[in-house]
Amino acid sequence: MTTISDPSRSRALPTSPPAVSVHAARLDYGGTPLFDELDFSLAAGQWTCVLGPSGVGKTTLLRLIAGLEEAAAGTSIAAGDGRPLAGRVAWMGQQDLLLPWLSALDNALLGARLRGEPDPGSERRSAAIELLKLVGLGGRLAARPAELSGGQRQRVALVRTLIEDRPVILMDEPFSSLDSVTRWKLQELAVELLAGRTVLLVTHDPREALRLGHRVHVMAGRPARLDRPLLLDPRTPRRLDDPALLTLESELIRRLAGAAEAA
Amino acid sequence: MRSLLRALLVFAGLCLVWQVFVTVTGIPPYLLPAPTRVFAALIDRADFLLPHALLTLAEIALGMLFGILLGGFSALTLARFAPARRWLLPVLVVSQAIPVFALAPLLVLWFGYGLASKVAAATLIIYFPVTSAFYDGLRHTERGWLDLARVMGATGGRELLLLRVPAALPGFASGVRVAAAVAPIGAVIGEWVGASAGLGYVMLQANARMQIDVMFAALLVLGLMAVTLYYAIDAALRRFIPWLPESLTASSKE
Repeated sequence: MTTISDPSRSRALPTSPPAVSVHAARLDYGGTPLFDELDFSLAAGQWTCVLGPSGVGKTTLLRLIAGLEEAAAGTSIAAGDGRPLAGRVAWMGQQDLLLPWLSALDNALLGARLRGEPDPGSERRSAAIELLKLVGLGGRLAARPAELSGGQRQRVALVRTLIEDRPVILMDEPFSSLDSVTRWKLQELAVELLAGRTVLLVTHDPREALRLGHRVHVMAGRPARLDRPLLLDPRTPRRLDDPALLTLESELIRRLAGAAEAA
Repeated sequence: MRSLLRALLVFAGLCLVWQVFVTVTGIPPYLLPAPTRVFAALIDRADFLLPHALLTLAEIALGMLFGILLGGFSALTLARFAPARRWLLPVLVVSQAIPVFALAPLLVLWFGYGLASKVAAATLIIYFPVTSAFYDGLRHTERGWLDLARVMGATGGRELLLLRVPAALPGFASGVRVAAAVAPIGAVIGEWVGASAGLGYVMLQANARMQIDVMFAALLVLGLMAVTLYYAIDAALRRFIPWLPESLTASSKE
């Protein structure tokens, strides 16, 4: 977990990942519109981060793209290459959502089993074992989730997301429940392993967004709006002691504070 | 082991209170025999009681087997097919409103005086708790797991088999525990209504002949069987479903 952005470690994709655009999204929540005419896009092959006060609809936006929320008529969610988005998305939620009756390895291979793909066989299985080794769980392949720590469980969830081998990755505060050292390590690992994919990261932590994102949005208001993204240079993960980033952090916190007042 | 010791101590204490009560009040043995008399009857009549006990045990075991299979199948059908839910769920609830006791004479009429009618009574009495507990578990799968399966593109059948069924097994287990506790009731009801063997039959006969000590001895055997069955089932469930939430197993330990 020491070397960063070693290209040989990130799993190469057969095709380049698509951009994703959400257009004129409308979604009602408890009678009031959570989104109305919301436009949003994910740049192809980049990390887009969405920050915002809790309850503003960040998670709902992510679930909308994942196909887990019913949007009102008129909403369009499309991939930039014109092909359908369904089946090209992997989702990682706030909880690890590991199944307590499966081993770490079987949890990582859950997707293939649920789709009834012919026995994951040697190839996918060995890929999963490789990845679990890479995240430092090589010795815990047979461990049940109850035997793993929170950080280890989240690493299994990360491997499960990776092994799906989807070009678009949606992550909903995947590291928020971890202690800061574990979070730090997992962030580096995610950057390394998800390099070149289209990633949406929803988070409440400005530092996480600045460390990992290529584009950072703040979401605010009801119906919610996204401001113009902060564009950052493409080398991630960044060092947070960079003075330029510290300035940006205070800028982001100011925007977030404004967003919280508006809400 | 400690809990077993505690249970034995409580049992011994109750027997002592019972013995003292009988000695002090001088209550005639045809109303309430002293525990010493009951144990004497248990030993004297062991040869007589054993085959009856084995028969009742067989009825309970078969009733549990059929009840669990039938209940499990019904719950899966209800969970998988929406029309089945709409049409069968009300029937299921109404069927539970009819006490098995009231049905027992019919069961004897249909299935005869032998084993079958008792197995049917035991099956009926455990069918509902198993079905409802398992179905409830199948309906309340963790929302996030279902979302995950959906994004992963799971097929309906595989989602049920690989996700919802294992997730519902703790609920199923509590249904089976209830079944283990009530199955003896079903078997004994069947024997009361019409039988020529079994512990329920022995109790009725002994009662009619004022052999109250034999009746208590049969009751003791029945109770021992029921308790053993319950703990054996509980241990087996915990062995095979290790992800059973602690709260469930803890409550059963008490």
